[in-house]
Amino acid sequence: MWNLLRRSIKMGRLARKISIDSGTTSEPILPELGQSLHIRHLDCGSCNGCDWEMTALLNPVYDIQRFGFDFVASPRHADVLMCTGPASTHLVRAARDTYEAMPNPKCVVAVGDCAINGGVSQGSYASRQGIGEVLPVQVCIPGCPPTPEDMINGLLQIIGKRPINLQKAD
Amino acid sequence: MQNQLRDYLLSQPDSKITIWSNNEGFVWLEVDDLPKVLEYLLTLPERPVWLTHVMNDERELGHGFTLYLLLHLIGDFTLTLAIKGLDDSFPSLTPIFPAFNWAEREAQDLFGLKAKGHPDNRPLILHPGWQIGFHPLRKDIPSESLNDDKYKSVPLPVPNALGEGIFEIPVGPIHAGIIEPGHFRFQTIGETVLNLDAQLFYTHKGIEKLLEGKDLLEGLSIIERLCAVCTVSHSLAYCEAVEKLADIELTRETLLWRTILAELERLYNHIGDIGNMCAGVGFALGNANGLQGKERLQRLNHEVFAHRFLRGVVVPGGLKIIPDSKSLYALKNHLTEIARDFEEWIPLILECYEFRQRAVTTGMLKRESAIDLGVTGVAARASGVNFDWRTAHAHLLYPELAVKPVVEETGDVWARISVRVCEVRESFRIIMTLLREVIITGESAVKVSPERSGQVRNLKLPPLQIAWGCAESPRGTDVIWLMTDEQGKIFRCRIRTAAYANWPAVPLAVLGNIVPDFPLINKSFELCYSCCDR
Ligand code: SF4
Repeated sequence: MWNLLRRSIKMGRLARKISIDSGTTSEPILPELGQSLHIRHLDCGSCNGCDWEMTALLNPVYDIQRFGFDFVASPRHADVLMCTGPASTHLVRAARDTYEAMPNPKCVVAVGDCAINGGVSQGSYASRQGIGEVLPVQVCIPGCPPTPEDMINGLLQIIGKRPINLQKAD
Repeated sequence: MQNQLRDYLLSQPDSKITIWSNNEGFVWLEVDDLPKVLEYLLTLPERPVWLTHVMNDERELGHGFTLYLLLHLIGDFTLTLAIKGLDDSFPSLTPIFPAFNWAEREAQDLFGLKAKGHPDNRPLILHPGWQIGFHPLRKDIPSESLNDDKYKSVPLPVPNALGEGIFEIPVGPIHAGIIEPGHFRFQTIGETVLNLDAQLFYTHKGIEKLLEGKDLLEGLSIIERLCAVCTVSHSLAYCEAVEKLADIELTRETLLWRTILAELERLYNHIGDIGNMCAGVGFALGNANGLQGKERLQRLNHEVFAHRFLRGVVVPGGLKIIPDSKSLYALKNHLTEIARDFEEWIPLILECYEFRQRAVTTGMLKRESAIDLGVTGVAARASGVNFDWRTAHAHLLYPELAVKPVVEETGDVWARISVRVCEVRESFRIIMTLLREVIITGESAVKVSPERSGQVRNLKLPPLQIAWGCAESPRGTDVIWLMTDEQGKIFRCRIRTAAYANWPAVPLAVLGNIVPDFPLINKSFELCYSCCDR
């Protein structure tokens, strides 16, 4: 019990305070979506780096639920589709079906260099050069992989909020 | 033992031994003798471990299609069995050694050769729906015909199960969480899984073809992106092959930092995986602890080596970054703290009765199955197979570190978590030992050592040579097999990752378990899709 208490005090220290600036800097990309985004992850043939960084958004350090964002299990519940990977041929159809299953309004985010332009898979027989060839991309988050912080800032951009600057946790 | 083996191989009609040293043998065999020789090897008291299976199109060199099997034998001896002159088929070895199942089906898809006698003739790596006759790894396929309009999605061939009370549950390729894509077809009776068919290769990107004709540094940047969480292991295996070809001697400093990098990778993976296994049973406390541990380690990776997944550090001949004394102490201090923290939270998981109850006897993989399927890494060691590339083969600084392989006998989820916990402790010990050496000898003052990067740029490889490299990734032994072309560029690069070797074991471990335990079992193996599918 005592051990548990000590741990929770420590964990509290780990998730640093960040100032969430309510001021907007730019027009939201999709104002109809409001301030809370429900996100569906879609792996389109990534190397899993982008996906692991996305998983990190749910850890106690980034904890993206405090921004009003959350990952949902079904595309039918999602506002935002976060796509990783260059769109491998075997997944093109599944990617289209997932997009079709989302209700309007919806927003496609290309996460990582592969999703943006194919990355190292450029010129391959079994992949497209970015998810933009398959779905209408509205937001790009570059990087190989982009850090969790980059991803949060990409999402904040959709709702028109100012980017954050996470202090170092350690 | 080796002499006896050599005599046996020489006694085969028309066999030709081209290399025979203390640690390595290479023998050409007649096609028809291969099954017999493999059978003989498998009856040896210490069964060989398969490292890789390489089909190669060497028709332009006048060898027809060529097959190389790389096996590792007791006494740190690596044996290549090779056959050449294959035309439109090759003898299937799967009935003798089921570990070759996927590799042979893959060769059928990519080269259009028939595996004669293979029990399962469904396509594997190219899903059904590709144009008939499209075999991308054949060298004579014109590059303009290499594009994906050759593919029309059609239903996958999955086996049927019929009978009263049998249900079928299709899952994927797109899953509900943040996971990679694969299609799982469960046939169940009540809650119990009767059969599971896993159709992977959705993220197949034709990387082995893409590598052909690339120079060695371009190749490295692709190899590093096979899979993020085994970046270091893949680049270590690749660089080992390149360094053998270029005949580069590594300095002790390089070996030392490479060992540290490999262990740092193991640490963040194992700790994250322990957390993910907790997520598999909805145990939030364990999950949060594992994930925060992983996050701290990845931040440390970034601070010291400028990348959260340690990309871009290992290069042929050396390392891009060698930490200066400031980062050295940061590394030491943070790791001490993370290790202490680990010991604080790990009992919360191991002593949690509910978790233990879910994990014990769940997802059992029998030792015999693990051996037959050629399973590697944590999954093999949890099933009583004492094999760890760090101890099996003398490389990096492992021999002097006296690494202890962690072996558990029960083969269930609990065994896989126990192996990881012990390996985490061992990795902390290894890194600390090595850091102490660096601090005492006071080396490591330079950030980028110029002579080493110079060496990398002028690297020239001999034409038409073969080399392999291996590394023990957090998931098991990764093997990269490389052959150069006439210009010293990549002619063929075969990538056999630990995930590729282990995936066939997952459906087997799931049988007889209940469907809700599948996420837990799957997470206990923690296999990537990307480096398996390539
Ligand atoms: S952008 Fe980089 S990290 Fe992301 S999927 Fe592509 S190779 Fe992997």
